[in-house]
Amino acid sequence: MQLTVWTYEGPPHVGAMRIATAMKGLHYVLHAPQGDTYADLLFTMIERRNARPPVTYTTFQARDLGGDTAELFKTSCFDAYERFMPEAMIVGASCTAELIQDDPGGLAKALALPIPVIPLELPSYQKKENWGAAETFYRIVRELARGDGDRATRNPKSCNILGPTALGFRHRDDVVEIKRLLGALGITVNVVAPLDARPSDIARLGDAAFNVVLYPEIAEPAARYLAKTLGQPMTTFVPIGVHATRDFIREVAELAGVNPDDVLNDRQSRLPWYSASVDSTYLTGKRVFIFGDATHALAAARIAKQELGFDVVGLGTFSREFARPMREAAAALGLEALITDDYLDVEKAIIDAQPELILGTQMERHIAKRLGLPCAVISAPVHVQDFPARHSPQMGFEGANVIFDTWVHPLMMGLEEHLLAMFRNDHEFHDGAAPSHLGHAPRAPEPEAVQTAPSEKAPIITGWAADAEKELNKIPFFVRGKARRNTERYAAERGVPLITIETLYDAKAHFSR
Amino acid sequence: MNLPFRPSPNGNDRGCTDQQTLKQRGQHEVFCGLTSIVWLHRKIENAFFLVVGSRTCAHLIQSAAGVMIFAEPRFGTAIIDERDLAGLADIDDELDSVVGRLLERRPDIELLFLVGSCPSEVIKLDLKRAAQRLSKLHMPKVRVLNYSGSGIETTFTQGEDACLSALAAEGQTETQNASDHLVVVGALADIVEDQFRRLFSEMGIDNVTFLPAKKANAPLIIGSKTKYLLAQPFLGDTARVLEDRGAKRITAPFPLGAEGTTAWLKAAAQSFGVSEEKFESATAAGHRRALIAMEAHRDALQGKRIFFFPDSQLEVPLARFVSEELGMRLVEVGTPYLHRAHLSEDLARLPAGTLLSEGQDVERQLDRCRAEDPDLVVCGLGLANPLEAEGMTTKWSIELVFTPIQGYDQAGDLARLFSRPLDRRTRLGGLLCN
Repeated sequence: MQLTVWTYEGPPHVGAMRIATAMKGLHYVLHAPQGDTYADLLFTMIERRNARPPVTYTTFQARDLGGDTAELFKTSCFDAYERFMPEAMIVGASCTAELIQDDPGGLAKALALPIPVIPLELPSYQKKENWGAAETFYRIVRELARGDGDRATRNPKSCNILGPTALGFRHRDDVVEIKRLLGALGITVNVVAPLDARPSDIARLGDAAFNVVLYPEIAEPAARYLAKTLGQPMTTFVPIGVHATRDFIREVAELAGVNPDDVLNDRQSRLPWYSASVDSTYLTGKRVFIFGDATHALAAARIAKQELGFDVVGLGTFSREFARPMREAAAALGLEALITDDYLDVEKAIIDAQPELILGTQMERHIAKRLGLPCAVISAPVHVQDFPARHSPQMGFEGANVIFDTWVHPLMMGLEEHLLAMFRNDHEFHDGAAPSHLGHAPRAPEPEAVQTAPSEKAPIITGWAADAEKELNKIPFFVRGKARRNTERYAAERGVPLITIETLYDAKAHFSR
Repeated sequence: MNLPFRPSPNGNDRGCTDQQTLKQRGQHEVFCGLTSIVWLHRKIENAFFLVVGSRTCAHLIQSAAGVMIFAEPRFGTAIIDERDLAGLADIDDELDSVVGRLLERRPDIELLFLVGSCPSEVIKLDLKRAAQRLSKLHMPKVRVLNYSGSGIETTFTQGEDACLSALAAEGQTETQNASDHLVVVGALADIVEDQFRRLFSEMGIDNVTFLPAKKANAPLIIGSKTKYLLAQPFLGDTARVLEDRGAKRITAPFPLGAEGTTAWLKAAAQSFGVSEEKFESATAAGHRRALIAMEAHRDALQGKRIFFFPDSQLEVPLARFVSEELGMRLVEVGTPYLHRAHLSEDLARLPAGTLLSEGQDVERQLDRCRAEDPDLVVCGLGLANPLEAEGMTTKWSIELVFTPIQGYDQAGDLARLFSRPLDRRTRLGGLLCN
């Protein structure tokens, strides 16, 4: 039993709903108690979808439990077939129905409907949303993809794009971007799935030469299956960031046998130049904490380090299935990866790491708000804000542009940061002043309290002399936490009981070596 | 001032009192009772709601609440996992340890609710026993109560009913020399509660308690001198508990709009022997303000056809309000459950022959709604945008639960909730269709 305040992922049947809702001509019959229909509003409200998700819930109640819930399932299933006339159906149970063990798959099969009916086994008490989405997509592909495609007749310059779902973080825009990129390379897109695909499209996945895996959390099991059974290779680079996009272009060009040079040389992304421009000097060494789903967190770490010159001071994910690559990436940055779905652990890690920028989910946005830190959202779980009206991809060169803007915007602008340092005692440039482009809402109180929390390495409690404390307050607030921490560490390591102005500057000299 | 009371219903004008309801069984597009935690935890300070359930339960409350409005909310979920189900972990020990950690982290908590869910009910987890055990362990600092908000037993607002039943059962017993006192039952926004308290006080009814109280440990006294007035229409179980303890219900319509509020207050006034003059002097100003505030909305809504999908059990009183006070025409009034006794006054004021439906087959109800093509559809968030996309104008019903709508000074706000969607559609004109 685990105490949960907020959860990063829903249950696995919500993952299945993301697949069903993304597709057309597919219907999901879910054996579930009354109340589970709440999940519809994720799609109709957060994503502002203009149609109900194609899901029929049996919505059984206590009085049905004494009777025949299996019969209720069969009726719902048959009624859904007659009403919606789907090309294929998926059937399964939510957490409560799993406990009553009615076997939706077997019951649906007994109806002998004239369409493919795909049973889903999604263990609610072990697994979560993304796993549920991946498993569902895999089952659909396994059931519907024809295995008889003639490999020799495949157009080598054709691929499928696998992974985008409903309620995905910028999936809608990523698909547009990647299609454009592939088009520029002269590669045809055979099928995009599950987003907007029909069961009949899944059937012809085998017509393409290879598969582009946009989101490994969702598409990897299906892509591995296709690689094994249909001999379709799959991409391994997720094109988020300039470097990763270039790697991706080289990879697909190789798979398709085309020349990538024109596309690589076409300077579509402004990120490299913007990052190199002198205004961005102030980004150097900014401490960033990164947490999100594995795909976006891994990509963010690479961008932060190699494309914006940040220091990554924390890296983690709630995607336990991707703990291994995450640990490797963190180790390469000299960090220990944070693999958790406990929001309170993430909050603690952020406080300990003392970042200057948080790249996280909507959860971390709230942590950031509380700590008075700038934050940009890089990953699901999604919020209505993550479905902007404008085109706003994360992938490809345009995605890199979007990322540059999104991450840099919450920070103080370069010139502004210098001015603030120069005029720090001026009443308009006082420490509490928010960046001018972010309006005039009062800045949240600084996280001083948490920064003075005793760290395990420094059991000696060192105090601050009044004049040293005053001097510390002259340091701009965005580096003050770092200065305080460094000075305290310096004092603790040397057993200095009282921090004076001297100690402060000694520490500064020590750490600037 | 002449109070515009409708004549009380007699043999010839009984409105929908005996109206049969349409009952169909199919998919219910409704929330479960856990959802009521979203407002209950804001209402009752120092109380924590611990759902014992699955990840779905946690996800539901999080989604229904809108992602994280509150830094650290006073609700959480003890998620049952495989080990608990397989018997590898002793579920009682697990729960005790979760509660222990929680209370350690939140020393401000004085009242803890263990809230049952679909999975905990299906595996027959005895939360009553667990609450007793944990109460013994943590009293006097923390009282532990339990109720079920499971979807298999409760629909949306029935979660509040279950919670208030648990509180009512725990209330203290009256002393020998107790005098008549009023208990107002049903969570109201603080501002509404204060307004009603002032109105009762002006009438000379000073011994008034509200259930739930703002403070978790505020005393609640129940006995044969208790007269209770329902402020919400979904409190069947709570009423039963109160009556078992000797309390008597004051029959009244629900306090929506100018007329509903007046009739509700009047019922209390009569029960406590308040004179006509005193009643009028206490309520005349509020009543007048309500009429003024509703006027513009009445003009916009008069004659418009409205369709209610079932959601909160507030539908019948709301239908009474929009038809009687705003002149709207009722196409269908759907409700998850129709409590005829508690709704008798509101039903009597509905136009005879109104289509009342109870329970739901959402697909067939949507068919009826499309066929009727009403001017305004009141429905849940899962249906609202899809219906808007089909060209219908909707009002999401959950706002009628979360917004303060009761009493004179909210009558205008309540009317606006119905008029605004129509106003918006007019303003946008042909924007959606080229």
